[in-house]
Amino acid sequence: MAVLNSKVPDGHISEKWTNHKFSIKLINPANKRKYDIIVVGTGLAGSSAAASLAELGYNVKAFTFHDSARRAHSIAAQGGINAAKNYQNDGDSVYRLFYDTVKGGDFRSREANVHRLAEVSNNIIDQCVAQGVPFAREYGGLLDNRSFGGAQVSRTFYARGQTGQQLLLGAYSALNRQVGKGKVKMYTRKEMVELVVVNGKACGIITRDLATGEVEKHSAHAVILATGGYGNVYFLSTNAMNCNVTAAWRAHRKGAFFSNPCYTQIHPTCLPVHGEGQSKLTLMSESLRNDGRVWVSKKKADMRAPGDIPEDERDYYLERKYPSFGNLSPRDISSRSAKEAVDDGRGVKGGEAVYLDFRDAINRLGQPAIEEKYGNLFEMYETITGENPYKVPMMIYPAPHYTMGGLWVDYNLMSNLPGLFVLGEANFSDHGANRLGASALMQGLADGYFVIPYTIGDYLASEKPELIPTDHEQFVKEESEINDLVKRLLATNGEHTVDEFHKKLGRIMWNKVGMARNEAGLKEAIEEIKEMRDSFWDEVKVVGGAEGVNQTLERAGRVVDYLELGELMARDALERNESCGGHFREEYQTNEGEALRDDQNYTHVSAWEFNDVGDWTHHKEDLNFEYVKLATRSYK
Amino acid sequence: MGWLYESLNSSIGKKFIMAVTGISLILFLIFHLAGNLTLFAGPEAFNGYVEKLEGIKPIIRIIEVPLALVFIFHIFNGVRLWWENRKARPEKYAVNGQSKNTNVFSRTMIYSGSIVFIFLVLHLATFWVAFNFTGEPHEKAYAYYGVVADWFQHLWYVAVYVVAVILLGFHLNHGFQSAFQTFGWNHKKYFPIIEKIGTIYAIVMSVGFASMPIYFYLNGGS
Amino acid sequence: MSAANINLKLKIWRQEGPNVVGNFTDYDVEVSPDSSFLEMLDELNNSLEKEGKDPVAFESDCREGICGTCGLVINGQPHGPVPKIATCQLHMRNFNNGDTIWIEPFRAKAFPIIKDLMVDRAAFDDVMYAGGFVSVNTGGVPDANEIPIQKDVAAEAFDAAACIGCGACVAACKNASAMLFVSAKVSQFSLLPQGQPEKYERVQQMVKVMDEKGFGSCTNTYACEAECPKGISVKNISRMNRDYLVSKAVSKTV
Repeated sequence: MAVLNSKVPDGHISEKWTNHKFSIKLINPANKRKYDIIVVGTGLAGSSAAASLAELGYNVKAFTFHDSARRAHSIAAQGGINAAKNYQNDGDSVYRLFYDTVKGGDFRSREANVHRLAEVSNNIIDQCVAQGVPFAREYGGLLDNRSFGGAQVSRTFYARGQTGQQLLLGAYSALNRQVGKGKVKMYTRKEMVELVVVNGKACGIITRDLATGEVEKHSAHAVILATGGYGNVYFLSTNAMNCNVTAAWRAHRKGAFFSNPCYTQIHPTCLPVHGEGQSKLTLMSESLRNDGRVWVSKKKADMRAPGDIPEDERDYYLERKYPSFGNLSPRDISSRSAKEAVDDGRGVKGGEAVYLDFRDAINRLGQPAIEEKYGNLFEMYETITGENPYKVPMMIYPAPHYTMGGLWVDYNLMSNLPGLFVLGEANFSDHGANRLGASALMQGLADGYFVIPYTIGDYLASEKPELIPTDHEQFVKEESEINDLVKRLLATNGEHTVDEFHKKLGRIMWNKVGMARNEAGLKEAIEEIKEMRDSFWDEVKVVGGAEGVNQTLERAGRVVDYLELGELMARDALERNESCGGHFREEYQTNEGEALRDDQNYTHVSAWEFNDVGDWTHHKEDLNFEYVKLATRSYK
Repeated sequence: MGWLYESLNSSIGKKFIMAVTGISLILFLIFHLAGNLTLFAGPEAFNGYVEKLEGIKPIIRIIEVPLALVFIFHIFNGVRLWWENRKARPEKYAVNGQSKNTNVFSRTMIYSGSIVFIFLVLHLATFWVAFNFTGEPHEKAYAYYGVVADWFQHLWYVAVYVVAVILLGFHLNHGFQSAFQTFGWNHKKYFPIIEKIGTIYAIVMSVGFASMPIYFYLNGGS
Repeated sequence: MSAANINLKLKIWRQEGPNVVGNFTDYDVEVSPDSSFLEMLDELNNSLEKEGKDPVAFESDCREGICGTCGLVINGQPHGPVPKIATCQLHMRNFNNGDTIWIEPFRAKAFPIIKDLMVDRAAFDDVMYAGGFVSVNTGGVPDANEIPIQKDVAAEAFDAAACIGCGACVAACKNASAMLFVSAKVSQFSLLPQGQPEKYERVQQMVKVMDEKGFGSCTNTYACEAECPKGISVKNISRMNRDYLVSKAVSKTV
């Protein structure tokens, strides 16, 4: 246990952050320019961190594998961002946001981190508005709010259905300003493929240029990873095509602990899979469940058209099982219920989909009212499926959406490897076992704008300004190992494409480490993944060369990492003999089929130390709930 | 003055030159057409109108210089833009979807403009040179109308004239609203009105200028 | 859903690298009408890889029409025949059995081809570095509700800010002009009170870099607006023209 020191400051929860900011070490403004910081990833967390650190005077090198910083997948977030502004006078407060987030996370997050998140949430909104982010406004010219799942107050700020886009473009604009000033050096189309650790400290990265294939060495006094989640291990998810775990995973292989990998969020309202060629899944905003009714046929493998199924043969299962929350039950519960219906053979025409029906809402409110509320979503649905949801019910099915787990970090957002900091979805810290809607954007920006600029100084203050040169033997060694990995991938002239492996892994993960897990399935998954990992190196076929653009090679490198991560997810899920938030173990449920937590034995963070491929040491960080009492979540 | 040169040479500056000169020419055409319509009132009216202009010849000469400059700037700048813009896409598309995303007037400005320019040269050579520099002074009073009437007996000339003024209409239809867009006067409420006025203006100009050669040709010069 | 598959002939631009001569290669594919355009290319690539052939390089990321990464010119139209969507949102049901589809990269001097259908749009970022921001540091800003902003002004700023930076405007414009892209950002800040202090400086800097990058000039054909996946209005271009001309006239820099 001694390995993990969360460095949570003393004092009352509401004073911890203030006290900490006072007690941490500072670097005088003139000295900041002597320090170089690498920021990997330019989503909300990465862009905001790079910009804020550059403003302070540090020399920042920002890396993205995209062609531009603006492409990061934060851009696709639809709903909104939470903040405890209490502009609506409905009784919101920092403490309430803190409380809701801890409860929503099913009591598996670190209280002090969550409270800090709630504290700085208000600054985020101020900051974004000052940058010119066009949030939705009331007729009086002030900011508008709406409510979101898991909260009884309206605290969500939004910019139509494109909040993530607008916030990211805000952070991107702050980043651009620093690039223009020369304080941030922007590296695009460069994928981080290795972390360089010298004397136990992170001091640089190795990148591969995705346009030229060149492998390059970059050194710095600290490395920040803001590289997002690992949802694409499932192959089909709502993540963007290029989202990957490589940066985080390679850091893990270098010694950074990976925490709670089994906490994955499956979003209930996504478009179902249309066929084998499906490349990714599309999210439909959760807000649709305000007026849509979720149902399936009572009969198994009912091949009738939805309109031909009479009212008394329909099962509105969410309304039946959770009368008080009904169609608005939380994400994990709604997702699981859909899976139950489908597993029972009662999905749409026996397949993997359930209906989300607006018929009653249209009859009650009229089509124009529905159009005004959801017009763009209905249009999007029709564009993708070719069906008119005003006439036939939508078909939806859950899909992997967000990963709460990630690299372990302390209160300063530093991993157990000194000099390696992890922000945003890539770390594990704030959402526990389940993330509430509109909290991901909040966390990314909190980490980047308002946490890391303070806490990184605490580390750098005791570091000497001398930089480890990139011709240091460790850099040279890592570089040649990456070149070897590339050669090995290109030399394996097997029969199966990278995508075929990825899809196969995705199916194992979805079926056995997906919405519901059990011991036998998890053990099978571990074995199957091990087998796949072995066969990968004999059977994969990566065409093309190491130079220039080779998108197959890019994907191959990522799949290598997924094949290791997948096993760890299954192991973590197997170790956690309880159900909590996004982790549902079939063995641990109440008589009514609800998640059954084991607070006695599992009120801890799992942190896995990498020894070798398929070999980890399990560490624990105990969680203390001093301010939010441990209780069962109920939505009946 | 470096800033001025630089500003006018920027992409927006060049558009601005096109718009300012274009609007000037649009105004000029209104006067030109109004004056020429006296042709329909017979030789006396038309000759009288030309005589009046002759009477204030020094003033006309002074106006002609900036007018010529406006023409030259408009043409030179237009050709320059076309040439530079071609270079912005060195490799062309194999399949071009322009007909699906633009209207024919806007994407053919260089062609309509070039033909109008050729016509302009012909037009100046036949009328302006004749009115100003050839012919005996005492005969001019009759000759103005006569020169016009004579030229409009040639079918090829009438045909060239009509085709040119139709293309002029195309050019004006795009140019009119385009100038307002360039000045920054694109407003949700007013711009559709500007576009309509531009189209009406273009039609009036085309029909107005085309009506004369057709009239003279059909009436055999009487 | 699940109608019969359709057969298509694809004519795809293949170009091995930046300074290599490219040409069109024909491929016959069979695809489900429910599949998206990019999924069709995924399947084609998967089969090419199996044959040991070089797959077609093209870019995409979110596949929800918001990240702006994808962009193909399909039968002469950036993002294909359906208006107001990005390439990734185009589905094969918009094509008929037996169709021939020409697939080309965005072509512009300012967007050099990297490989096949992949182009380098770094020029867009360079324009942004010159002025696509409000100069505020993190922290020390006023409360978010300190400045009321008229609802319709905020909405108009949003309409401009909705630009995804895909470059379809440049690809569609016969002059390869970037005016719609640049003006969208200029407009967003020109409309909002936060953008006022730097309004004139910003437009001058951004236009300057835009011109240096080799984009053509706008000739008001409005092809950009017609092909923009987010329906960004050419009114933004008009606003930028005005801001630029006024800034040149009133600014004190010589």
